[in-house]
Amino acid sequence: MSEFTLRLRRYDPQSGEPPYWESHTIELEPHRSVLEGILQARGRFDGSIGIRCSCRSAICGSCGVRINGQPGLACHTHLDEALERSSDGMISVEPMGNMPVIRDLIVDMDAVHWKKIQAVTPWLLAREPVPEREYLVDREAMVDVTQSMACIQCGACVSDCLAMEVDPDFIGPAALAKSYRFVGDPRDSEHTERLTALSEDPHGLYTCTHCFKCVDACPKGVNPMGQIMRLRRIAGSDHHIEDRNNGYRHEHAFVDNVRRNGLLHEADLLPDSYGGKFNPRAVPELIASMPVALRGLLRGKITLRKALTHPHKASKELRAIFERIESKPERYELNLYVSGTDEDNEPNEPAPAEAIA
Amino acid sequence: MKVAYWPGCVSRGFTPELHGAMAAVAPLLDIELIELDRASCCGAGVIAEHNQELADTLNARTFAMARQTDGELMMNICSTCQGAQTECQERLDASAVYRTQINSTLSSEGLHYEPGVTNKNFLWLLVEEIGLDTLRQKVTRPLTNLRVGPFYGCYIVRPAARLGIDHDHPRHTYLEQVIDTLGGTVIDYAGSHKCCGFPIITMNKTASLKQAGRHLGDAADANADCVVTPCPLCHLNLDLQQPLAQAVVGRELKMPVLHLPQLVGLALGLDPAALGFRRHIVKPTAVIDWAESVVAQAVSA
Repeated sequence: MSEFTLRLRRYDPQSGEPPYWESHTIELEPHRSVLEGILQARGRFDGSIGIRCSCRSAICGSCGVRINGQPGLACHTHLDEALERSSDGMISVEPMGNMPVIRDLIVDMDAVHWKKIQAVTPWLLAREPVPEREYLVDREAMVDVTQSMACIQCGACVSDCLAMEVDPDFIGPAALAKSYRFVGDPRDSEHTERLTALSEDPHGLYTCTHCFKCVDACPKGVNPMGQIMRLRRIAGSDHHIEDRNNGYRHEHAFVDNVRRNGLLHEADLLPDSYGGKFNPRAVPELIASMPVALRGLLRGKITLRKALTHPHKASKELRAIFERIESKPERYELNLYVSGTDEDNEPNEPAPAEAIA
Repeated sequence: MKVAYWPGCVSRGFTPELHGAMAAVAPLLDIELIELDRASCCGAGVIAEHNQELADTLNARTFAMARQTDGELMMNICSTCQGAQTECQERLDASAVYRTQINSTLSSEGLHYEPGVTNKNFLWLLVEEIGLDTLRQKVTRPLTNLRVGPFYGCYIVRPAARLGIDHDHPRHTYLEQVIDTLGGTVIDYAGSHKCCGFPIITMNKTASLKQAGRHLGDAADANADCVVTPCPLCHLNLDLQQPLAQAVVGRELKMPVLHLPQLVGLALGLDPAALGFRRHIVKPTAVIDWAESVVAQAVSA
């Protein structure tokens, strides 16, 4: 048995009092979970501590919290691990972010997480004709969606999403990963409709900022940001959805820019992301950017020569790489979650002869 | 030490002061830079979003070029390059079959990718290769009383496992360690490890600028004199776009944003004028009272 000090964030919105921290010292073996620690504190010291939990086996997704500032499952985090990550010898536990607190460590998942999940039509819209028996699907196609199917809806990724922090309407990582589960499923009939809705939503597919918070937050390796990038790839390159948020245009302008220049030429990227210098869509954006551009020119950050020409040009070898890869009939994607690494896949050492005997 | 040096695109584009500052600081740290001038953009995550194999091939090409130099390792000066290149490297190193496929594209240029290239941002190199003790000995102008907020950039801190952040390599704390070693005061504020918003500036401008404005505001509320970043893309949103970010968050920010080599250069005694501060939108020289914040004159070590 070891002693651990838990510092819990307490809050009852109905009390009118602000949140406060409260510490309890509990006794448990170091490999037991933070959840068990919280439950012991509740049992021994204060029955009013609010925590939601059920399976205690990292499968129901109920006990999502922030431990030492990092989102995760309380039942899936060992006390000794949590202590090691603490900066002051105490294990701090607080409710997840981006969702309103109902009480103490319990957040309102309905108000944020489930509302967003429901918005992406989280069920299969079956392709017609529905076969008399089962659909026959390539094994690879289904393996591909297993990563998004591993989601247990705990909300850890939503908790720490940095885009949602500034844009609460952002559809968010969990809902987008759920959406890929159907966009990647060959039995679903509404791929284009799903992708169009997400691409055209000003708080949809293209509001993700590539911050990787959801990748680190997920206790199940779902890699929501990876699923978001796949949705973008399919929306842009397979369904050619030229959305009003400039997502498609920005991605294509970026790739074309590097194809031409080898290095990124920022002065072209901005107008091209809006459809080109003379595109009516670009004009108001470019006018709005004028004060910034002028200041940049004045400071010598941007020079006229740099803005109008580009000292770098892609070599013919580099252009050949673009041509060779982009002309392949199918894009190749290596998903290590599915394939594993060579090291993971190495056959086990044969057992020594005497062991067999 | 000799390094294969990948400066990235933005340090030769809209943040030329970064490229210049790195060139000025390198000799003071005994770093010899072998610039990879034929390598291409890392893709900043956008090319990978478009076509993963294309991004992996472009970066495999850069790594192969680095291997052809006699540098001890490869060094970059951009958090985004670090993250995007490490992501490609993770896939390249995971599968021999995949490497064969990528190398068949590179072979026409006589290039070949092999696992084992070490690629470190200048920040990592400072702490892990040069060492903080050596760095401390080289400080001739301690940044006494300069209150500095670290700003990492997402790509250099997440995902932690891919970037080799662990108990022995607490790379998510290196900026604080460097600021402290240079004699400055580390400012703890909410935004240090958050997103600057730059990747969505053309897609959701309000959200993007709100991110930049909020983090700078948090740094200001913690009484930072400036923030420092190893990422030129963050610099674009935090400095170049700061006037627009101010308008979105509705408060004056006036927060100078230094590139990491500039901060190091200051402490190693370089003249602020030689570090390109005049090219910043929020000129550090206009906001920071150097006489107060920094021991004004460099002293010999």
